Amino acid sequence: MATQAAAVDAGHEQHTSTGLDNVKLAMWAFLGSECLFFGSLISTYLLYRDRVLTGQGPNPHDIYDIPYTSVSSFVLLMSSLTMVLALAAIQRGDHKGLRTWLLATALLGMVFVGGQIYEFTVFVEEGLKLSSSPAGSAFFLLTGFHGAHVTVGILMLLLLVGMSLAGRIPQTDARKVELVGLYWHFVDIVWIVVFTVVYLIPLN
Amino acid sequence: MPPSEQLEPVEAAELAHHPSPRNYVTIAVVLGVITLAEVAIYYIESIEPLLVPMLVVFAFLKFLLVVSWFMHLRFDSRLFRRLFVTGLVLAALVFAVVLSTFFFGTLDGVTPTVEG
Repeated sequence: MATQAAAVDAGHEQHTSTGLDNVKLAMWAFLGSECLFFGSLISTYLLYRDRVLTGQGPNPHDIYDIPYTSVSSFVLLMSSLTMVLALAAIQRGDHKGLRTWLLATALLGMVFVGGQIYEFTVFVEEGLKLSSSPAGSAFFLLTGFHGAHVTVGILMLLLLVGMSLAGRIPQTDARKVELVGLYWHFVDIVWIVVFTVVYLIPLN
Repeated sequence: MPPSEQLEPVEAAELAHHPSPRNYVTIAVVLGVITLAEVAIYYIESIEPLLVPMLVVFAFLKFLLVVSWFMHLRFDSRLFRRLFVTGLVLAALVFAVVLSTFFFGTLDGVTPTVEG
């Protein structure tokens, strides 16, 4: 009862029996379900990664450009730093800092997605397509869905920038930035797994 | 700070547990170094037998650092951790189930494999 009152008093204006922010709880539940979603896609890739018949185009492993993908992985990793710095900025009431770090995060995200589009274009030119082989399908599904998630994250970041400019993110409502940040970091950890499992671990 | 932006005691106490920007930068540097190490060992032929275990350990370390420090799971409620771990465990179960179909076949006796 006391925790419930505390949450209401803290300005969140919500009733909670756990003493926790309901929206944040929902976000963690959503991220848990996303683990299942990407877990399924990664499982599918692992099981089909060497399934390429003769004449079905190259195996993805034969055409990966590891240095290139390493750089884009590093870019996405650093976007997690700028995201958490945006949260730290709004938590200390630095609105200009919030917008700067949010824009930096969005920019790094765009660099990553742009790099992925370029990589896809090169792969298609090499003969690896969504429908060319089970390995190709699994690769494009996994990395494509991840790219779509990054794109959604970029849109949310730009929305936050707009809200901040409109004065709709006061220091006391840093939770909005924290929730988008949780989503962004999740997208980053998915890529940490994808980079290792898909790109670095060699075929037997 | 305007009066409307004064933090409530509950929020201020929560913030006190969060790392500082300096901590975040340190974590990012460690993440960058691990990524560099991952790519470096990929090209070293002499450690090929250890490549996969090392890559898995490095990825796990990076995963843990981001989840613990950037997502604040280390400092937040245990309930959040449980929700997230439940998702991870279910994902591992899905992989185990799909993998098992490749060894034991499906109900109609057709194994879902493609000639490679």
